[in-house]
Amino acid sequence: MPEVKKTCLYDSHVRLNARMEEFAGYSMPIVYTSIPEEHKAVREKVGMFDVSHMGEIWVKGKDALAFVDHVFCNEITSKPVGKVVYGMFLYPNGTIVDDLLVYKQGDTECLLVVNASNIAKDYAWLVDATEGFDVTLTNVSEEVAEIALQGPLAENVMKTVFEMDFSTLEFFTFMHLSIYGVDLIVSRTGYTGEDGFEIYGPEGAITEIWELFLHQGVLPCGLGARDTLRFEAALPLYGHEISDSITPLEAGFKMFVRMDKPDFVGKKQLERDLEAGLTRKVVGYELIDMAIPRQGYPLFAGDREIGKITTGYLSITLGKPIAMALVDIDHAKMGSELEVQIRNKRFRGIVRDKKFLAKNYKK
Amino acid sequence: MSKVLSDLFYAKSHEWVKVEGNIAYVGITDFAQHQLGSVVFVDLPEVGATLKQNKEFGAVESVKAASDLMSPVSGKVVAQNTTVIGDPEQVNLDPYGAWLIQIDMADRSELNNLLNAVEYEKISD
Repeated sequence: MPEVKKTCLYDSHVRLNARMEEFAGYSMPIVYTSIPEEHKAVREKVGMFDVSHMGEIWVKGKDALAFVDHVFCNEITSKPVGKVVYGMFLYPNGTIVDDLLVYKQGDTECLLVVNASNIAKDYAWLVDATEGFDVTLTNVSEEVAEIALQGPLAENVMKTVFEMDFSTLEFFTFMHLSIYGVDLIVSRTGYTGEDGFEIYGPEGAITEIWELFLHQGVLPCGLGARDTLRFEAALPLYGHEISDSITPLEAGFKMFVRMDKPDFVGKKQLERDLEAGLTRKVVGYELIDMAIPRQGYPLFAGDREIGKITTGYLSITLGKPIAMALVDIDHAKMGSELEVQIRNKRFRGIVRDKKFLAKNYKK
Repeated sequence: MSKVLSDLFYAKSHEWVKVEGNIAYVGITDFAQHQLGSVVFVDLPEVGATLKQNKEFGAVESVKAASDLMSPVSGKVVAQNTTVIGDPEQVNLDPYGAWLIQIDMADRSELNNLLNAVEYEKISD
């Protein structure tokens, strides 16, 4: 058994009485007080997450942009320096290696931010793809710590702590901050559907910033609330809505796939899929009956099993049971009536859009 | 350290039983509610349903997970706690007050299969 790793904020989590569990090889806080309380803090005020487990990989070299555009289904070359772009790495068969953020640092370097559980897999896959490109990859995941500060009051907290105005930092852009003699990356991004910032830096500085945020009354939030928040914003989680057995088109993320790019790994298969027509799709699903749909629960149209729940909750913000589900295309139409099986009982529900709530991004 | 009351019976699956006459009040222990986290939904059998000892009869669901309820005794459901159905967080706030159902016991000798407080404390710390 490999040893469970600790982030630089581990001692703080323990001091704050967090419930710690292993996630992606790290001992991570799941919840400090209660998931609903932490969830509401982010929706209504501000909360923060230790996301130091996330992976960071530098791509540097003459062909950095060309390489990223070769392995990334979205597009980076035409974007301005300072832009953050969301997208995915695909296998040649069109299924998903991982989803990630690309930080365009310059014409010869990008920072890739990937899922903690996929770091080793992504790195090996990227190294294999470098043939013919003049690039160097560096996995700095172990040295880089990260805090996500999220919620409508996040900008105020940033202003107070850094004594700087962040109102001009636009959604999905980033800047470098030199502070405590170290370099930090601050982006206006997040995984909650709220306005907010993600701050990357060395462990010492991140630990200091975490304490300063605590001092400002920012509520620490665990991975439990992180999941309920991202779910309500219909943001996908690897292993749930997206995985190595589903394509981004089936997952409903065509807007992040630049089919007009000359080429990228997986493009040919997606072209074939589009021509043949999709056979299944991730949709929103809302229960009419009271029950809680959860990942893996089967969906039925009459007696036929036609899909599965990918993530579901009794939505904390909306107070009703909603889910995302992967269903056969014949039943993916809005308004389709499907039943979900929970503990050998069937409950009624309806296929709906994934706009469970209005996103509160600052654009 | 979770709370264990001395005058109750306990199942290994973390339900408690309080006996009044032939009626068994059933709830989940302080340890169980703490393990689950914020309870948001309870799924309980209708009045009149017949339950069997050690068989699943419903669920207590937190934000993250559904946890099956196992019946600590056999018998007929004679009441549901509608207060808890309407306000499931009561299970967190007052686990030994928030009974879920009342069972008219079919065989009181089944209580001998349950744990006492001292025995339960050993499996719940």
